[in-house]
Amino acid sequence: MRSTYRFLAPLMVLGLLLAACTAATPGASTADGSQEPGASQGEEDLTGAEVTVIGTWTDAEQESFLAMVAPWEEQTGATVKYQGTRSINDILAAGIPTGVLPDLAGLPGPGQMAEYVAAGALKPLDDVLDIETYVEETSPGLVALGQVDGVTYGTFIKSAVKGLIWYNPTLHDYAGSEPATWDDLIAEGEANQGDAEGLWCLGIESGDASGWPATDWIEEILLHQAGPDVYNQWWAGEVAWTDPAIQTAFETFMNDVVANTYGGGTTAVATKFDLAGDPLFASPPGCALFHQASFITGLGAFVGKTAGTDYNAFPFPAFNDEFATAVEGAGDLFGMFHDTPAAKSLMRYLVTADAQDIWVARGGALSANKNATSYPDDISTLMGGMITGAEQFVFDASDQMPTAMGAAFLSHLVSLTAGSETVEEALAELQTVADDAYSE
Amino acid sequence: MTAAATPIEQPVRKQSRLRRMRGGVGLHVVVIGLIIIWAIPTFGLLVNSFRPAADANSTGWWVGLFPPYHFTFENYAHVLGQSNIATNFMNSLIISIPATVIPIFVAAFAAYAFSWMEFPGRNILFVVVVGLLVVPLQATLIPILKLFATWGIAGTFLAVWLAHTGYGLPFAIYLLRNFMGSLPKEVFESAAIDGASPVTSFFRLAIPMSVPAIAALAIFQFLFVWNDLLVALIYMSAVNPDNLPLTVSIAGLVTSTGGGSEFLGAAAFLSMLLPLAVFFALQRYFVRGIVGGSVKG
Amino acid sequence: MDERVITAIIAVVGVPAVLVAYIWGTEQALRVVPEKMKPRIRPWLWMLPALAFLGLFLLYPMIGTIIASFQNTLGTVWVGLENYEWFLGSNDALSALKNNVLWLIFLTLFTVGFGLLIAVFVDRVRYESVAKSLIFLPLAISMVAAGVIWLYMYQYKPPGAVQTGTLNAAIGVFGLGPIPWLQVEDFSVNTFMLIIVMTWMWTGFGMVIISAALKGINPELLEAARVDGANEWQVFKGIIFPLLVPTLVVVGTTMVITALKAFDIVFTMTSGNLNTDVIANLMYKEMFRVGEFGRASAIAVVLLVAIVPIMFFNIGRFRAQEAVR
Repeated sequence: MRSTYRFLAPLMVLGLLLAACTAATPGASTADGSQEPGASQGEEDLTGAEVTVIGTWTDAEQESFLAMVAPWEEQTGATVKYQGTRSINDILAAGIPTGVLPDLAGLPGPGQMAEYVAAGALKPLDDVLDIETYVEETSPGLVALGQVDGVTYGTFIKSAVKGLIWYNPTLHDYAGSEPATWDDLIAEGEANQGDAEGLWCLGIESGDASGWPATDWIEEILLHQAGPDVYNQWWAGEVAWTDPAIQTAFETFMNDVVANTYGGGTTAVATKFDLAGDPLFASPPGCALFHQASFITGLGAFVGKTAGTDYNAFPFPAFNDEFATAVEGAGDLFGMFHDTPAAKSLMRYLVTADAQDIWVARGGALSANKNATSYPDDISTLMGGMITGAEQFVFDASDQMPTAMGAAFLSHLVSLTAGSETVEEALAELQTVADDAYSE
Repeated sequence: MTAAATPIEQPVRKQSRLRRMRGGVGLHVVVIGLIIIWAIPTFGLLVNSFRPAADANSTGWWVGLFPPYHFTFENYAHVLGQSNIATNFMNSLIISIPATVIPIFVAAFAAYAFSWMEFPGRNILFVVVVGLLVVPLQATLIPILKLFATWGIAGTFLAVWLAHTGYGLPFAIYLLRNFMGSLPKEVFESAAIDGASPVTSFFRLAIPMSVPAIAALAIFQFLFVWNDLLVALIYMSAVNPDNLPLTVSIAGLVTSTGGGSEFLGAAAFLSMLLPLAVFFALQRYFVRGIVGGSVKG
Repeated sequence: MDERVITAIIAVVGVPAVLVAYIWGTEQALRVVPEKMKPRIRPWLWMLPALAFLGLFLLYPMIGTIIASFQNTLGTVWVGLENYEWFLGSNDALSALKNNVLWLIFLTLFTVGFGLLIAVFVDRVRYESVAKSLIFLPLAISMVAAGVIWLYMYQYKPPGAVQTGTLNAAIGVFGLGPIPWLQVEDFSVNTFMLIIVMTWMWTGFGMVIISAALKGINPELLEAARVDGANEWQVFKGIIFPLLVPTLVVVGTTMVITALKAFDIVFTMTSGNLNTDVIANLMYKEMFRVGEFGRASAIAVVLLVAIVPIMFFNIGRFRAQEAVR
């Protein structure tokens, strides 16, 4: 009879195997009091304390963040327990109503931050940070985005500039004579297109966030056509989707971009955003120009190529001189859910120029802090300057809309680009969603 | 004729099987055709997992099969070089094994009661149990996390074991009840006449005869738990990220800006090895005859 | 040794031991009960652990969900049927519902059909275990990896460019295509492409269960029929298939429910864009993205109601099974 229970044996064996493995895996247990007392030189001694942190940074970004907090750990003797996951939305959505939250966490966007504040989950940072230094050092646009009713709840660990137009200088070098206006851009682009099949490269596939590169396009066009005020009223629900300003932006995108795209809208919808710029470097090239945020240099065919010689970029041109200096950015907001002494100390540390400079120097991040400038190359320095020096700074609109609105915005841009909807249909549908989404 | 065949069952079976095979060129064509169709997608990923990202992105996987070869172990090296991959692999085992074993026991008891004990409302209750299969996992996360927080076990392995047991039970009970219910009545009746208690009948008759179903169940439950990301993330990450499973490491290969998807292939094959080993180990319990021909025809 | 491992070993060995001891203990405890009462009490004791788990982890949240479906987002105001009215009035929800009908019919048909076909066929070849392993393999792949695999299958590049997707390269050999598989809304082609991915994953599930049942059929019975001159088709139709029906119902029911709950593959591959949405994805979005708990709950209740007929069918079948065994 015993033999009939042998089907459980493989699982039991695995169990024992697992026991054997761990015996051979040292260092799996958490760090204990091995910190030398003399190591804590900072004003605080938090030896043994732990701060749980959840962020969206994984892999190389995770390593950069851990490098950023390492000096703090050394100074205070506390430990950061970090978990990187892109599912941060789900974790916080479950964590807010149940109270099961990490000490510090990346926040999906300003909209969600305000919701968490309303739910009483986020702790104010005004008494935690050295607020005067923080405000003085940080780009004013980003300071404001971290505030709810004038109280600071979120800070930016790193940021990114949107609205850069990338090109391959071996096809045509725009350096020194960047197109100043949209019309110049289209005219010069088409004149210098050469063998390239399409003027633009576009790829908006991004799994469950598909469509966002197209929403970025609409946002950039609107920002430079109608200006920051209309832009901000639009995402806040104060300008209707059916407004002529919005419609013009949509039509510009469809007529000047999608219609001139390598492979057409179908290809754009089927192409992953991180590989969308690859045809720039193909031979013959698929396209001459490519619009994407600063982080594209770490993706697809950009990897391993040299900034300045293999690829280069210029800022989004103006439709209207008035709004020529407007910049759209995005960034990773960070907030505090538990005000333990260690969490407060870490938060205070993370906004300093010294801390932010660590990630900046490792590449792949722009800092909101004016004094963190150790950028590894010229393009990064330029982009960092765009953030800290922008006269008119706006944040990614789709991230600030009510979530239902943002989701519909993405989804309709996919349909629109694929050609299964007209601009009028899409805008009318979006307005229907808006009527519902902003009413709550 | 039939009676004469029974004592020499083995030779007859072999012979007739051979006879069928000889005539069955069509059978082999169909079987091999289906295998190829099923294997192509995975094979493509396997080939691409050994190619540099630039190649995999610019040409189809089949191009990699022809010279010049550009095979590389870089993708695998990157996956294995993840900072806490060893810990997370251990955690996956620690989560999956109890979360497979516990529901099998709990479900077997219930399935036996549903199959061989009479009580009022049995069918209705059974249907309610199976009906719970349809409850979307996402709808349970918040109320259950609230409970775990109240009990102070959020972030522990215990919480995840309990949750996976609960989530796996409707299917486990359904499958086992169906199998146990089809066992021949006479076996249990004669055991009862011989004075065997239900406990004895359960352990001596019902379980041994249900081994193929239990093996199938063990495979599925192990797989579902092994491949789970959401349950572990929601119940553990905020409190105790040190306990998170391998799926979290794998999901982390794709960065917040979208890079790194080239490593997913290598990661998929590495994480598939163990479930496949479990499948192979348990597959021999699917062999004919383990039930001893006891299932009534 | 790491304390986590010790806990795990205690759980693997200890918990089953406690459960076995519990069942044994119930029989001892029942001794004090009058003989007549035993059969009435015993089943409940056997089911107690399962009912406790089910009650806590599924029934309790489901009741909460049903209540929430009649409330507003914050759960502060009773809104009657408002959430259900939203569901029936929303184009997105109705389109998702229509897709779920396709999922339900075709995923069930394909997985049960192929599962049965493969289980019966591989039973007759010597390389059965290799064949079964290869069909089973996709189920062992995580959803994320399956998404990557099928991205390589369905990939689309503009006409004239080198096709990197397997399907487009294959039809390109015959001078056809390329076709943007996941964008073709006519005849719900894109939804069918997603159903194919799930079929590829779940056929192994049907095959394993059907195969286990197939192995349970008494071989003498089949030999007797063959000796009596029945051909293989007659043996299958007359003996094997009727004996497999209960198992096919189990697989079919499970797949119907899987189809109703289909979520991950839609979420990772199309995010429900271009008319591929399904109700489970809609529910996820309403709950975790939008935070509309009332609406999300109403969707979950619709799912629950949708399976009631299938459950009644199961009751009927179990009654029949008990009548003949």
